[in-house]
Amino acid sequence: MSDRQAAAATAQEMAGRQKEISVSEFFLKNRHLLGFDTPAKSLVTAVKEAVDNALDACEEAGVLPEITVEVRGRFERSWVAVEDNGPGIVESQIARIFGKLLYGSKFHKLSQSRGQQGMGISAAGMYGQLTVGKPLHIISRIEGEPLASELYVSIDTANNRPDIHKRKRIAWSRPHGTRVEMELEGVDQGGPHSVEAYLKLTAIANPHVSIIYKGPRGKELFFARACDELPPRPKEIKPHPGGVELGRLIQMLNGAKSRSLLQFLVDEFSCVGEKTAREIIQLAGKPLSERSYPAHIAHAQANALHRALQKARVQKPRPDCLVPIGEAQLLEGLRKELPAEFYTAATRPPASYRGNPFLVEVAIAFARPGEAEIDVDVASGRMRKKQSAESDPAPHLIARRDEPVRLLRFANRVPLLYQQSSCAITKSVLQTNWRAYGLHQPKGALPIAPMAILVHVASVWVPYTSEAKEAIEPYPELVREIKLGLQQCARRLSHFLQRERTLQHEYEQRAYIETYLPHIGVALQEILGLDDGTRDGVVARLDDALHANRAAKRRSS
Amino acid sequence: MKEDGSEQDRRTIDLIESIASQVRAAIESGALPAIRTPTRSLENVSYNKEVGYLELGKKEQVRALTVNTARAFAQTLRLMAASRAMVASNDFATKREAYYISKNWGDCRFDEQAESDAIMDDIEAIASLHGLSRENLRFYPESHGGSVAGRLVIVDKSAATGETIEIDCARLGVGAYSIPRSAEHLAFRTDARFILAIETGGMFQRLNNHRFWERAQCIIVEMGGVPTRATRRFIRLLSDRHELPVYCFVDCDPYGFTNIYRTLKAGSGNAAHVNRFLCVPRAQFLGVTPQDIIDFGLEDATHPLTPVDIKRAKDALRNDPFIVAHPRWVAAIKQLLDMGVRAEQQALAKWGLNYVIDEYLPRKLAEVSGFLP
Repeated sequence: MSDRQAAAATAQEMAGRQKEISVSEFFLKNRHLLGFDTPAKSLVTAVKEAVDNALDACEEAGVLPEITVEVRGRFERSWVAVEDNGPGIVESQIARIFGKLLYGSKFHKLSQSRGQQGMGISAAGMYGQLTVGKPLHIISRIEGEPLASELYVSIDTANNRPDIHKRKRIAWSRPHGTRVEMELEGVDQGGPHSVEAYLKLTAIANPHVSIIYKGPRGKELFFARACDELPPRPKEIKPHPGGVELGRLIQMLNGAKSRSLLQFLVDEFSCVGEKTAREIIQLAGKPLSERSYPAHIAHAQANALHRALQKARVQKPRPDCLVPIGEAQLLEGLRKELPAEFYTAATRPPASYRGNPFLVEVAIAFARPGEAEIDVDVASGRMRKKQSAESDPAPHLIARRDEPVRLLRFANRVPLLYQQSSCAITKSVLQTNWRAYGLHQPKGALPIAPMAILVHVASVWVPYTSEAKEAIEPYPELVREIKLGLQQCARRLSHFLQRERTLQHEYEQRAYIETYLPHIGVALQEILGLDDGTRDGVVARLDDALHANRAAKRRSS
Repeated sequence: MKEDGSEQDRRTIDLIESIASQVRAAIESGALPAIRTPTRSLENVSYNKEVGYLELGKKEQVRALTVNTARAFAQTLRLMAASRAMVASNDFATKREAYYISKNWGDCRFDEQAESDAIMDDIEAIASLHGLSRENLRFYPESHGGSVAGRLVIVDKSAATGETIEIDCARLGVGAYSIPRSAEHLAFRTDARFILAIETGGMFQRLNNHRFWERAQCIIVEMGGVPTRATRRFIRLLSDRHELPVYCFVDCDPYGFTNIYRTLKAGSGNAAHVNRFLCVPRAQFLGVTPQDIIDFGLEDATHPLTPVDIKRAKDALRNDPFIVAHPRWVAAIKQLLDMGVRAEQQALAKWGLNYVIDEYLPRKLAEVSGFLP
């Protein structure tokens, strides 16, 4: 027995080994939680974090975003640069934004934005630092400043603190904006999980954005802007009484500035006026009263208050904190990036889960790549096949006719590329009975059709399944709304398909009859001894009569 | 039936051309053309007591140019064109050949012979309304007719040279004349008193070998089961032109009564549109009748009726318009059902091989009025 068991440790020895873990260290070890697992996924995640920040910054500052993304790679190493025309960052904040996890402006407010936790871009930097050993390189300039700030920042993971390597003021051609460059272990793979696909999806859901992509191997793409108006700014809101959790309530009570419970309820919650606040307090019962001092409310009473908040009849969350892409913009985005025959979009009215307002948007693009479309001449009733141009620039975003449909998932306008199977959107699509709308759908699977289904969930707090923000938790309220949206679009699709099928059927019938017209001509020629010209004339007359007859039938039906 | 071949040919061509002209006129006027054909289904078939055969009623189907009929429409016209060409060049096609003619029609071709047969029946039905037969359209049946022997001289013409050929059916030894597919152009010389149509080849051979036709001064025809169209047409032409009675000699069973005899005399429901050319209304049933089984002591030479026989007999009593119209037939079939047995022609051999020649037929022929209608 060479392997001796280690001697049992004493409590003192154990205490010597117990120490604080910094959040950076935690995520360094668990980087998959932030979306950095394989090199391919890491590259997309890094680009995504940088682009999300750039878009949020531009929109918040009221600037139409112009984003440039550059990716170069050799072997398993990639160099990424993302540049925007946003407001820029105050120099003293740059290091903390890029060099500290969980530092940001969006966590503490309830407002619809792409970023949520203040973790993404610094995590990307940390990942680059870990795999390649290079710090983040940031250039940023605020409008009016004569020079831009240039910093090299890495993270001191033990303390979750930025580590500034170099700081300089330099001349920069941009009047304002921010540029982030990083090196990391990553590869650009093609297909539905590529940087290109991510950017294309971003362009679909954000038609107000223009993106220049300079990819590896000299690939350059330009996603043009389709509309010159920024989406309205989402309003920031307070928590809704129905959604607050007990721990959060206690925390809020403890930190309350208000001097009375009544004032506290009115100040800290949305949709609560004095009348509602009184009702809540009454529901909570004694010893709570309107004048109770919030910070002094005991645990048991907080519990009662929490129950009362749930029970009270409070107005639904106000939807003005939500900014949908909008049906028109969705169609615009789809049209410019996904060539298809039929588009439809639906924006659902706002709803809420656990007090968090959200809304769902659904769009469908249905294509038949390479297949002819049927064109009908209304006057003569003639039909002909219109060969659609053989363009197929979105191979990964629209399914082929014998493949399951593609799901284009978005949360707060950000494309979700991974974890499709565990996402609320996927579950909702699976639970929808597509057969009722004329599509083929194997049991328990996605429907089979040459189409893409776009679902966008906008919310002040999207319940992602993980920090990497790859999928949405299937809360029943969410699934219900998504399904309603899907059904709305599917009904319109089904009308379109019905019409298509009717046309197709009629076309086939006509083509079938037309095959036999020349034979009637030949037979009449043989029997009546007609010359070729007369024969062709008879066939042409017959053809006319046939179409006139059909056209009349269609008009009457 | 006195008009000669060329007159019929002219009428055939006229008919086809008039149908084609109607189609063309409809097209020129901007309408969708249609072809009318008599409905050939059994519901449109009835027994005409006056003329003595099953005939088509007044029902018509209109084949307009639609998705469902475009193909058949074109095929009908093309087959008519083929028919017209054959009349013009004095040629013919068997049903099988007509099917193959279509093979260079491209999309229009027949996929199976059943298809071309159906179209042919339609054209035939139209032609029949104008007194023209399938043979006039130059479509000949595949199967040839039965055999003929006896006091008959057939005057034929060589298709190749036009030379006249005479065949004396009394001078064929133990062989016989084989009825051709088309008998329209034949002429006959005969001093026979009647035609004896026989069901089986065996019985025909016995009567021929013993030259029964000489003794009875008749013509004997072998039908070989249900008579083919060629056989029916031949007997019809022969009996019409020389006003010869036709006596039918078949087995005593429901098949013999309702299928063989009834088809010869009144025609079949399936081809009701051509019965007017094919059936032989003057045919009479010589035997073997159910009463013959008793009269000639054949009770111990019978077989019990099979379930199929019984069903066929009951069907005839209920549905066969010819049987229903003749009480004596109803009685005979009821008698057979009561007896529960059937007897073949050959059963007469019980009393000796030539009993049929020496006893049975002379006794029966002596009392023609007793034949079943």
